[in-house]
Amino acid sequence: MKILYFAWLRERLNRASDDVSPPAEVQTLADLIVWLRANDEALDLAMANPKQFKLSKNARIVPWETPIADADTIAILPPMTGG
Amino acid sequence: MIIISEAPFDPGALLNEFQANHPEAGAAVAFTGMVRSTPDRPITALILECYPELAQNEIATIRSAAIARFNLIDAAVLHRYGRLVPGEPIMQVITLASHRQAAFDGAQYLMDYLKTDAPFWKQEDTAAGTEWVEAKLADDAARDRWR
Repeated sequence: MKILYFAWLRERLNRASDDVSPPAEVQTLADLIVWLRANDEALDLAMANPKQFKLSKNARIVPWETPIADADTIAILPPMTGG
Repeated sequence: MIIISEAPFDPGALLNEFQANHPEAGAAVAFTGMVRSTPDRPITALILECYPELAQNEIATIRSAAIARFNLIDAAVLHRYGRLVPGEPIMQVITLASHRQAAFDGAQYLMDYLKTDAPFWKQEDTAAGTEWVEAKLADDAARDRWR
C-alpha cells in the first residue's frame, strides 16, 4: 500500500511517500492512521490534531471510515490553501 | 473545461475563448486569483504544491455540482501550481449562464469550494524564508454557507 504525504506534512516527515504492509486488522482508513501513527513518532506528532486532515484513496477524497486494500494509494492531506 | 498546469496563462484570452463557444449564454462571470505582495508583507514568490490527479477529480466533482445547482451553461476552472511571482494569475473560474445571478452565484460557489476542497497548498517565499500559508477558518465558513 502506497502512502503519499503533502505540503508541510511531507516536509516534517522528510519524505513524500511510504510503501507499507499493514496487518489484517487494519481495515479502514481510520485504522490505517492509528497504525501508521503508532509506528512513526514524527507522523504521530504531526497528526496530533487528526481531524484537520482529509484522506484520499486512489485519488478520491473519501471518509475516514472507508475500507482499504493492499493495492490502494492513500494520501494524507493537510488543510488545503488553494484558490 | 478543467486545466491543472504549471504553465502561465492569459486570463483574458481564456475568457474570450470560453465565451465565444457559447452564444446561448447571456452572462459570463470570470474570477482571477493573483499572487499578492504588499508593502507590509512583501513576498518574492508563491510556491503551490498540488496533487494533480486528485485535483482533477475533486474539481470535476465541484464543477459538476455547480453546473447542476445553478443551471450553468458551462463552467471552466484553471489552476496553476509551481513557482509564481507577484502579479501572476494563479487560477481562474469562469461561469456561463442565461442570466447574471446564476453566473455570479456559480462562480462564488466554485471559489468557496476550491479554497477548501481542492488539493493545493501555498507556500510564501519571503526575505525571511519560506513559510506555508495557513488555512483560514473564514474559508470553511464561506464554503459551509452553501450546505
